[in-house]
Amino acid sequence: MNPVRAIGRSTLGMLRTAGAVAVFAARGVAALLTPPWFFGQWGGQLLAIGFFSLPVVGLVVLFTGAALALNIYVGGGRFNAEQIMPQVVALGIVRELGPVLAAVMLAGRVSAAIAAEIGAMRATEQIDALQTLSTDPFRYLIAPRLLAAVITLPLLTVVADIIGVSGGWLVATATLNFSGALYVQNTWNFLTSWDIVSGLIKAAVFGFLVALMGCYHGFNASGGARGVGRATTHAVVSAAILIFAADYIMTSFFTRS
Amino acid sequence: MTAAPKLELKGVRKTFNGKKVLDGVDLAVAPGRSLVIIGGSGQGKSVTIKIAAGLMRPDAGKVFIDGKDVTRLRGAAQRKRAAQFGFLFQGAALFDSLPVWKNIAFRLINADKTPQDEAREAAVVALGRVGLSPSVADLYPGELSGGMQKRVGLARAVAARPEILFFDEPTTGLDPINADVINNLIVEEVKRLGCTAVSITHDLVSARKIGDEIAMLHNGKIIWRGPAADIDHSGNAYVEQFVSGRADGPMTNGG
Ligand SMILES: Nc1ncnc2c1ncn2[C@@H]1O[C@H](COP(=O)(O)OP(=O)(O)OP(=O)(O)O)[C@@H](O)[C@H]1O
Ligand SMILES: [Mg+2]
Repeated sequence: MNPVRAIGRSTLGMLRTAGAVAVFAARGVAALLTPPWFFGQWGGQLLAIGFFSLPVVGLVVLFTGAALALNIYVGGGRFNAEQIMPQVVALGIVRELGPVLAAVMLAGRVSAAIAAEIGAMRATEQIDALQTLSTDPFRYLIAPRLLAAVITLPLLTVVADIIGVSGGWLVATATLNFSGALYVQNTWNFLTSWDIVSGLIKAAVFGFLVALMGCYHGFNASGGARGVGRATTHAVVSAAILIFAADYIMTSFFTRS
Repeated sequence: MTAAPKLELKGVRKTFNGKKVLDGVDLAVAPGRSLVIIGGSGQGKSVTIKIAAGLMRPDAGKVFIDGKDVTRLRGAAQRKRAAQFGFLFQGAALFDSLPVWKNIAFRLINADKTPQDEAREAAVVALGRVGLSPSVADLYPGELSGGMQKRVGLARAVAARPEILFFDEPTTGLDPINADVINNLIVEEVKRLGCTAVSITHDLVSARKIGDEIAMLHNGKIIWRGPAADIDHSGNAYVEQFVSGRADGPMTNGG
């Protein structure tokens, strides 16, 4: 096969998918911005997406904060700069690892769950049924999930930031002879509000991507149970890739000036 | 036919991934009549009624309701049009996260914003009409047998007094007794509401019972259509093979 043609075809395929995702996202956002709204669905999704993700996100950032503290302490020690460890840990958690780890855990938990649920509804004709009952699936299913993820991921990130910094604090005070009060004070004095806010902006964008990938792949699932499995995998993988790509783009934007 | 057809498909075509499923389907149903579509598996019967109900768009051709072209409706106009329809899906398609009564009253609660207690009352009445007791109202679809799910699906389809009812294989997967119960309920509800009905079935017992007329879909076209009583002497080789259920005949086991 002609390699130029093969490249051309796969490029076209990617463009077509990107277009379809963009149209899907636009319909979801439009459903969010105009009535009728299904507030009952929103509440349920806030709980499902946000609250029940707290334990897993908390554990992951706790361990990451602790490990990060050890590594930076050792690395800083190579040029006698152990003492700036709290500041570097705080910066790393708040600007980068807090939002990214929370988002990646949400991609595993929530993208997959959304894709499986909506995919199963597609396979069993429940989405067709919604339409015959005069209910727009974008309003009833998609918009509440997008909104819930955009709201809850920044909130989860606030919690993740606190727990992540606490992980560093625990290691520092328990094994590295840091003063607990001084650690907190150094961290607090060092961080700017933009450090925190930029992390939360990232989190909101990640939240949108996580829910969007779950909804898109679930909604377009075809081919019964196998199709639902495929949709779930695609949702998680594409959400994770988009999170890291968006993270780089936003970081390069935020670190300019 | 003097009155304008309630529902009409004209030259409807649909292709999936290069595979021609519908190749110019023409079909009209007069108001208050019940049409049954028969045909082999995978011949596009479900696709046909999904296009008629606006759940899929045809690649070519038009759909008319009360003489009005509704092929390209979208958004609010599409939702309003859907309010005229009731649809019983092949697998009932009940919302498994909602209890039975919220399934039946779904349109009342979500589209018409009826207060909960009023909607619930209406759901219990509808349950009674399909022969289920009020205690079923609070169960979840996963806790019901297939036959009960079909009944709840029927109750949901007729709850908002539709003008056109679609039934996709209402009796498939049921034992003959439960199938007969569903057939009777369909005949009863269609008569009570005075609506137009389009049903799909493999089951000739069911077709004879619920249909005024029968049409056969084969190779993407309607190849025969006539009164239900004529099905046994249709004079069409395909229909005769389908009715007798023989493996040999003009239809080979390709579809
Ligand atoms: N959304 C879809 N995407 C791709 N192909 C589809 C889709 N819906 C239906 N088809 C294809 O169209 C053909 C007809 O499907 P349809 O469900 O209408 O058959 P049917 O006559 O209802 O059969 P059955 O009696 O088995 O339900 C099948 O080959 C099916 O694979
Ligand atoms: Mg079918």
